[in-house]
Amino acid sequence: MGGQSQLQPQMKPRSKAKQTVSLRAVLLSLIVLIANVVVNGSIFLFFRDSTLNPLLTAVLAVLWGVLGVYLIYYTLTWAVEQYPDYVRRKVLPYIFIGPAVIILGWLLVLPALRTLYLSFFNASSEKFVGLSNYAAIFSDHLMATALRNNLLWVFVGTLACVAFGLLIAILADRSSYEKLAKSIIFMPMAISFVAAGVIWKFVYYYQPGDEQIGLLNAIVTYFGGEPQAWTSMLQPWNNFFLIIILIWMQTGFAMVIFSAAIKGVPDDILEAARVDGANEVKIFFGIMIPYISATILTVTTTIIVFTLKIFDVVMVMTGGQYDTEVVATQFYRQFFMYRNFGYGSTLAIVLLIAVLPVILINLRQFRKQGGF
Amino acid sequence: MSGKKKRKGSKTIVNIVLGVICFIWLLPTLGLFISSFRPAADILQTGWWKAFPHQEWKAGETLQLSKDVDLREPIEVNGKTYTDDQLKAGVKADGSRLMWENRRARTINQQEQGWKVTPDLTLDNYNNVLSGKEYKLKQADGSETVQKGTGLSQAFWNTLTIAVPATVIPVLIASFAAYAFAWLRFPGRRTLFVIIIAMLVIPIQVALIPVLKDYTALGLNGSYLGIWLAHTAFGLPLVTYFMYNFISQLPKDLFESAFMDGASHFTIFSRLILPLSVPALASIGIFQFLWVWNDYLVSLIFIGNQPSVQVMSMKIADLVGSRGNDWHLLTSAAFISMLMPLAIFFLLQKYFVRGLMGGSVKG
Repeated sequence: MGGQSQLQPQMKPRSKAKQTVSLRAVLLSLIVLIANVVVNGSIFLFFRDSTLNPLLTAVLAVLWGVLGVYLIYYTLTWAVEQYPDYVRRKVLPYIFIGPAVIILGWLLVLPALRTLYLSFFNASSEKFVGLSNYAAIFSDHLMATALRNNLLWVFVGTLACVAFGLLIAILADRSSYEKLAKSIIFMPMAISFVAAGVIWKFVYYYQPGDEQIGLLNAIVTYFGGEPQAWTSMLQPWNNFFLIIILIWMQTGFAMVIFSAAIKGVPDDILEAARVDGANEVKIFFGIMIPYISATILTVTTTIIVFTLKIFDVVMVMTGGQYDTEVVATQFYRQFFMYRNFGYGSTLAIVLLIAVLPVILINLRQFRKQGGF
Repeated sequence: MSGKKKRKGSKTIVNIVLGVICFIWLLPTLGLFISSFRPAADILQTGWWKAFPHQEWKAGETLQLSKDVDLREPIEVNGKTYTDDQLKAGVKADGSRLMWENRRARTINQQEQGWKVTPDLTLDNYNNVLSGKEYKLKQADGSETVQKGTGLSQAFWNTLTIAVPATVIPVLIASFAAYAFAWLRFPGRRTLFVIIIAMLVIPIQVALIPVLKDYTALGLNGSYLGIWLAHTAFGLPLVTYFMYNFISQLPKDLFESAFMDGASHFTIFSRLILPLSVPALASIGIFQFLWVWNDYLVSLIFIGNQPSVQVMSMKIADLVGSRGNDWHLLTSAAFISMLMPLAIFFLLQKYFVRGLMGGSVKG
């Protein structure tokens, strides 16, 4: 992280007298500002109402995205350069961060506050109900299931991802085809949860009768077992079959990071331990784990945050039926199907509260690294 | 000496264990891939592993029993007796299998085991899924039904239309902001950056309801522009943070000499910083692109059910819901949606991994 001191704007020879702001500069910058608003506003309206071929729209949009955004910065900085140095220095940074701050503020920061506000109101956001939405969430049966399942996801999913990731990282480190193995394990991270859902739905597929086309049921029947409808009938174990999908996808992430960390363990320490007669298991728990504990913590929190928000898998696999509901699917259901903005907002806030510790850790970490 | 030998032996074990794990990891995807090329009727009748060479029973000689054999009694065939149920399911006898060919006519087929080497593969599934036209589907019993295709090619282009601008715009905006945060001093810099860090892991659910309300008021719902903006906003904290980490590490001397020459911040940024940041831009760009490409929730909420704008993930999720047993469609559709991520994964692995590592915290 950047601990460097900033560039001194005074590197240019300071102008002797304070220049005054010229009328011309003010006029020019006003024109530039208005022209930007008008031009981009009309492009905005054009795209909003456009009925063009989507491919053409896409091409135009990319052009606008690149050139338009670039031109906004270009014209605005040009306008600022018409001003004397001391004004320029003050305004320029805000032009650079302006678009980012406006978009973030409009579509992320303010909405978060508005959601917090809405969570104190009833379903149609008309009547103030205080904390009763929160009380309802923790007493309602469906919500209780969702919270229980989310906890399952967080504990089982995270634990398994970290454990498998560590195991595979160590195995790969000692194998003779490390790169290939890592690619294979990492590959599922590239695909979408929806596609992964289809893949695993096919693995878990159940049909009555002898011939099973789902891999899992085929294996079970091969060994003389009864085929099962894994994701629906086996409550509450069906949750675990959904969690396996997460493990399949996220272990690769844990593995790649652990793999890098393991390579950082100094060889001479390991060698010394081996000379002292420590076996590999002892080396693993006594040296490696303590050495990479910080990495383990990072990976764990990352996967926890990820599993807390899990949505796509459940939505595609079961739609939240058969007691597989999680908080994010409940949020969707309350919001879109029941139109209960109060409950929906409250669930979103519950998710936010759950990741709050991670946000605080991030900020502390950032300060410690001397970011600012 | 013995130690070295032991190390070598354990390496073989490691290789084998890792091989088994990799095999298990690959198996689900392999099943999908192979199934997507099998005829619709085959997929539903036999497992995908039957596409590999395997032994199966082939019709052989027909044995005629006398017409008045009582089916409730044990039935004698070639000197051995079987029950009716056994013959219905097929029963093994000296390397061949006996099964009713025609139970009423009392004929039994003595099936021989043979190898089936060439699998029946077809590209029909892909044609059906991609085009929106009607097509004929051969059922297992030989009859034909007409089904309407899913028109996934439209969704493919929609996804691309959404993903490219939703990658370019945030990366550009975030780079400008990252430059300012890294190399310029201004009041509010610290506060604003802390807010951006706080937004890194925020669940996007907290923003969805109010943003949707705004979109409805502005008429942005179900439009490309709306979803570009949404993805831009949800991607910005991460991209800004990622680019900040990179740009703030660039050597200071670089800027100083440029400043000496009288270059403005804008010139420095576009002539110096952007070209130098290409690896970082590629990494985070790939991450953002894949995130948008694979996204389901944001599209689900801001696109809704307008078929002309729907992306692939929504189409596939719809298919799972409405045609959950049509595996010939599901498998090929899922594979089409995986093409782009897999291509990026294999071609740009270095950037891909770096972007994913940096971006894994995204909400």
